[in-house]
Amino acid sequence: MQSSPEVVETSQNASKSVREIYLPPERKKVSGGGVPHVSAKNFSVYYGEFEAVKKVNADILSKYVTAIIGPSGCGKSTFLRAINRMNDLIPNSHTTGSLMFDGEDVHGKFTDEVLLRKKIGMVFQKPNPFPKSIFDNIAYGPRLHGIKDKKTLEGIVEKSLRKAALWDEVCDRLDKNALGMSGGQQQRLCFARTLAVEPEILLLDEPTSALDPKATAKIEDLIQELRGSYTIMIVTHNMQQASRVSDFTMFFYEGVLVEHAPTAQLFTKPKDSMTEDYITGRFS
Amino acid sequence: MNLGTRKLLDRAFTALGLGSIAVMAMMLLVVLVPIVSKGFSAIVFKSTVEHRKMVFNEFHRGNRSALEKEIAASDAARRNVYDMLSRFESELMLMNEDKQQEYTEKYDQVKSALRGLLGPLPGDSEPALTRLTYGQNRWEKAEEKLQELLYEKKWDYSNPDVVAKEYFVSRSAGFEGTSLARLFPYVEKNIDRMLLPEWTFYWGFITDSSVDSHIFGGIWPEIQGTLFLAIGAMLFAFPLGVIAAIYFTEYAREGFFNSLLRSANSTLAGVPSIVFGLFGLAFFINTLKVSESKSVLAGSLTLAIMILPTIIRAAEEAILAVPKTYREASLGLGSTKWNTIVTVILPAALPGILTGGVISLGRAAGETAPIIFTAAVSVGSAIGLADVFTSPTPALSWNIYNLASEHEAAAEIRHVQYGMVLSLISIVLLLNLSAVILRARISKKLKG
Ligand SMILES: Nc1ncnc2c1ncn2[C@@H]1O[C@H](COP(=O)(O)OP(=O)(O)OP(=O)(O)O)[C@@H](O)[C@H]1O
Ligand SMILES: [Mg+2]
Repeated sequence: MQSSPEVVETSQNASKSVREIYLPPERKKVSGGGVPHVSAKNFSVYYGEFEAVKKVNADILSKYVTAIIGPSGCGKSTFLRAINRMNDLIPNSHTTGSLMFDGEDVHGKFTDEVLLRKKIGMVFQKPNPFPKSIFDNIAYGPRLHGIKDKKTLEGIVEKSLRKAALWDEVCDRLDKNALGMSGGQQQRLCFARTLAVEPEILLLDEPTSALDPKATAKIEDLIQELRGSYTIMIVTHNMQQASRVSDFTMFFYEGVLVEHAPTAQLFTKPKDSMTEDYITGRFS
Repeated sequence: MNLGTRKLLDRAFTALGLGSIAVMAMMLLVVLVPIVSKGFSAIVFKSTVEHRKMVFNEFHRGNRSALEKEIAASDAARRNVYDMLSRFESELMLMNEDKQQEYTEKYDQVKSALRGLLGPLPGDSEPALTRLTYGQNRWEKAEEKLQELLYEKKWDYSNPDVVAKEYFVSRSAGFEGTSLARLFPYVEKNIDRMLLPEWTFYWGFITDSSVDSHIFGGIWPEIQGTLFLAIGAMLFAFPLGVIAAIYFTEYAREGFFNSLLRSANSTLAGVPSIVFGLFGLAFFINTLKVSESKSVLAGSLTLAIMILPTIIRAAEEAILAVPKTYREASLGLGSTKWNTIVTVILPAALPGILTGGVISLGRAAGETAPIIFTAAVSVGSAIGLADVFTSPTPALSWNIYNLASEHEAAAEIRHVQYGMVLSLISIVLLLNLSAVILRARISKKLKG
């Protein structure tokens, strides 16, 4: 039998311990962060009668990156979307318990969800630029919030594009339609668009699942850049990605938050056997 | 089923599909070719000097000195005819009573045929109707009239078993031996010198008002009326329809009331247009009294009600087709619902909304029934913009019907009718074409 290189490599990997593959890189402490930014207390999200997120208790620490992992349908997106009230778009969904953001009840009766979403930005699984020019895409948020001056807008657009590591690629075609860009560029544009409204929290729902490895690497680099300036929550199915980019990891299973720990710890010595089974790929 | 039968069935179906398309295309050709060719003949035709006289007198267009020269030339040719007439009249005086009576009757027929051809004869009193002040305007009609002058149509009732047969008798034979016998060969030979036919492009057919209920002139009042009515209907229906569609798609909660509204909307789209016409009369004119009687306003409102369901449905579909992701992106950036609708959803839905709008505009332009009781009159001049609240207007769709069925000289002005049909078809096609182009351009802009 002839052995192809892949076959050899796969068998080598298989011989290594799973924990070595997922070993996270060293993480530096960020200054001025580490206080609870979002706190969930007995927080549940329902779709009608169905409890998709079950009594979650967790503190998301500011300026760090928190990854959310778990099998499909376990409620990761539901939890994430509840943080900036995108679940309002689903007619029969409601929540119980409390979810506090900066000491304010996110789902409180008198909370202004529009203001909240300005502070808690979101990047979605599929790149979703507006069918407008690159410039107008990024200026959309600032314009919405009352900035009309052309010079100021230009400044914001450039700053946001630089932050999203996209400036060099598109600076000469800002007036072109955003839908003409590659998928990876579109996703970074969505980052830039979200950053342009200067949020405090970035919610990322599988931001790289529609991208090729190269574009994925760029987004991951970007997340590293933004770490320390924003509180970031990222949903991912890619365990390596979680270990590469995050400081903390939450593992959900059937709506329950099973384990929430520093990433290094969760991937090397998981406390729960279910977590271990999941990260070693015994179920998915 | 084996492969052979499947392929055979596929081929049979393809043939069936192509066949039905071919039949449709054929039918379209059979209808469109005569409409287009005859419609164009209202604009491009061989006109006579009488037509140029009419245009000069009624619309003050044309070159006076050139026209005077033409009139002088044609008068020179006609003088012989008129001389022959007066000579025959003196001859008539000298005849005995029986002969006089016999000839007078025939002579009157000749005179009226000549009037139809050349206009009033010398010594005639000023005609009451404009249509009698000019001779034949169109050369192909003049040729018909010439035949009427040369030959008398008679009916053969001799065989009671068959329907009476028509046959023609030469008039010149009837005047054999009198001085008038020479008239007929003279007119036949010199008719073109008397009428001076010339190919004309009469653009005035589009821009002129009609003269003496469409005997002469153009159809501008009808075209303008149609545009007023259709645009007026759009002014009411388009904003209302888009607002209703936004309500249905963005604000309405699913429930009994909402589904009731939706099915009401669908039902409304299927109501026959004559019902809308009666409704318009009963509601807008008799109940609301938006105007004393028929008016452009009442007609526009009626048409608006008729096209509203279509606009709502088109806009609804266009809005629902906007990807959910746009909405999420916008709301996620801290946009309000209303802002999201205005800045993201409506622009993205615009091609679909506009297409629905323009197609409805075309429908409003073409409908007859809703305006019969609410806005249309048969004959009239173009109304000013300020009069739309009080005045009725002629309109293409209604006047096409009217000219065909109720005009006292319908056979004389078939070309006007075809011209109107062609104009109406052109307006509707142009509107639909512009909808296609508009849609393509906006979609292209959206796609980048
Ligand atoms: N709009 C909805 N209405 C009803 N149930 C829903 C709705 N959206 C999600 N659910 C259910 O809620 C549960 C959690 O869904 P969620 O999308 O949060 O999962 P997820 O962890 O993000 O999965 P994935 O990894 O596939 O994205 C699933 O069982 C799903 O079927
Ligand atoms: Mg998900």
